[in-house]
Amino acid sequence: MSVMTIVQAINNALDIMLEEDKSVVVYGEDSGREGGVFRVTEGLQKKYGVERVFDSPLAESAIVGTGLGMALSGLRPVVELQFDGFTYPAFNQIISNVSRMHNRSRGMYKVPMVIRFPYGGGINALEHHSESPEALYAHIPGLKVVIPSSPHDAKGLLISCIESDDPVIYMEPKRIYRAIKQEVSDDKFSIPLGKAKVLTEGSDVTVVAFGAMIRECQKAMVMAKEAGISVELIDLRTIYPIDKETIAESIKKTGRIVIVAEAPESFSVGAELMAIANEEAFLYLEAPPKRVMGFDTIVPLAKGEPMYMITPDRIFYEIERTVKY
Amino acid sequence: MDNIKTIEKIAYKQPAVIFNEFDPLKDEILRIIDNDGHVINEELFPELDDETVIKAYKSMLFARVADDMAVSFQRQGRMYTYPPINGQEAIQIAAGLIIREDDWLVPAFREMAIMLAKGVTLREIFLYYMGNEQGSNFSKAKHVLPICVPIASQLIHATGIGYSINYQKKDEVVFPYVGDGGTSEGDFSEALNFAGVWKVPVIFTIQNNQYAISFPVSGQTRSVNLAVKAVAFGLPGIKVDGNDFFAMYVAYKQAFDHARAGKGPVLIEALTYRKGAHTTSDDPSKYRTKEEEMEWDKTDPLQRLKKYIVRKGIWKEDEEKLIEEYKLEVEKQFTEAENFTPYPLEDVFQFMYVDTPDVLNIQKEDYKLYQNWKESRK
Repeated sequence: MSVMTIVQAINNALDIMLEEDKSVVVYGEDSGREGGVFRVTEGLQKKYGVERVFDSPLAESAIVGTGLGMALSGLRPVVELQFDGFTYPAFNQIISNVSRMHNRSRGMYKVPMVIRFPYGGGINALEHHSESPEALYAHIPGLKVVIPSSPHDAKGLLISCIESDDPVIYMEPKRIYRAIKQEVSDDKFSIPLGKAKVLTEGSDVTVVAFGAMIRECQKAMVMAKEAGISVELIDLRTIYPIDKETIAESIKKTGRIVIVAEAPESFSVGAELMAIANEEAFLYLEAPPKRVMGFDTIVPLAKGEPMYMITPDRIFYEIERTVKY
Repeated sequence: MDNIKTIEKIAYKQPAVIFNEFDPLKDEILRIIDNDGHVINEELFPELDDETVIKAYKSMLFARVADDMAVSFQRQGRMYTYPPINGQEAIQIAAGLIIREDDWLVPAFREMAIMLAKGVTLREIFLYYMGNEQGSNFSKAKHVLPICVPIASQLIHATGIGYSINYQKKDEVVFPYVGDGGTSEGDFSEALNFAGVWKVPVIFTIQNNQYAISFPVSGQTRSVNLAVKAVAFGLPGIKVDGNDFFAMYVAYKQAFDHARAGKGPVLIEALTYRKGAHTTSDDPSKYRTKEEEMEWDKTDPLQRLKKYIVRKGIWKEDEEKLIEEYKLEVEKQFTEAENFTPYPLEDVFQFMYVDTPDVLNIQKEDYKLYQNWKESRK
């Protein structure tokens, strides 16, 4: 066991997979010598050489598209896009080719590749550096979308993603890259994709979140506890395929659901969770499902961002309203 | 630090000059036979035995027969939208002589002739255009990607495959294709740029057939030609008469030797003319004249090669009879495609993932319940 941040846990997962499997290559803008702008890949080029961990020229479509070419011809690329808001130049490759090649070739070609990028707000960044585009990617048939919320999960989920023969979008909560430290096993371990985790059991209301919002929910739960409200907290871990069963079971128990996420509310993962609540647990609902999410706006720059970001007291406010409905 | 040094060395090196006699900056073009099949460049005439030349002509003829029949099958309502290759056979059959079993073919969607040369069956091609993705699950051809409709995006895959080849120290070469319109896409530039930096064994071919659907190449770029685009990326580029089988063969041979020797990517602009429509849904009379078409007819790749082999006295076949044989073969493969198993519901779902999410199975089972209900009402 070692104490790790999320950055260190991801680095450790990449290290283990690079060590174990010669077909794994890691690249992106500044990912080689510098180790990426967040130092996630720091030290890996030195250890594994410039053929396996390297800096690519600056073009996201080509980073993803070449990764697809590599995946079709025997490699297992883990490509890095520098920020959430810079993934869009690669969108055509992702939606038109990466997600489809297995289906298009009727299984003749597999696409074992991972597309990693940091996501989310709360770091006083420039425009395009604070976005949560998980719904865009979760909506694309052929992809899986994974978001860890802790160092332990970051490691175990990334190992599963790299070992997956399907293409995976792996979104890293940059706001808590170094904010959480946790004891993580030094050995190789994996966490199954498509399974949510009940982090805290409770009986009054189900709170579903993922990534950086888990920590905010946990802070809100301290307030809820003081108010005598028992919260069941679920970490989605995998956005797609979404774990309907765990969510439905929990709602059947609590009768209420509050969804917490940073992305714009309309047509979001939150909307999907509300659909699950209605389709799978309609007769058990004692209050309307509630979303605590970003506005349908661009994430404001630093001076306006505090109003956009979801705070623990706002989560508590909605939990209390839902329970008292 | 090592990678920085390597990249600097590649980035500042002049483009290799394998085609130095044909400078794209001066808009020079490689041509070996003229429109009447006369050899106009003896020095560069390739060492090909008569048998191979005849075989190549027959392959071009077969592709044309199959292509014409594909268009008429579509007109009869037996096949859906199809992009004809008529007029572009020399490029693809010349490449077909060079490309090996382990080499990679990365098509756009107007490459039927080279797909056949690479071992894709006509039955599979027809099956695809009948609306069944099983036509892209090639039973015999190795290292051929399915056709790629999003323009120029496939070129980047070719560069990635090139990286794999270098990384795995394999002796393979990648043959990606794009049209003239595709050179305006960002992915075209990104693919060439990455290919140059990574020094990958990739031969990019632009089939410049003069039109992107209705829009002429003159509107795509201010560059003097398309081959010249290689220069800025530090790659050798050459403009070739794409309707001249021998010129295409020589260009591919040189490009192939260059790539295999580890000298990196090459860009070939093959000047040709799309004699047919963009696809069977298009009507070229809306945007080009009969006069223009007749002018290009004089450069027809089959006629030129035919004139050469007839003049040389090596053509012994009865062409009419040959065409009848080819028609029977095409008909046979078309019938096989028509008789292919109906499209089962499973096929809609089962190839989306290797590890299929439950939700897809639930959606499929729900649909079956609806099917049963529908059946019960009959």
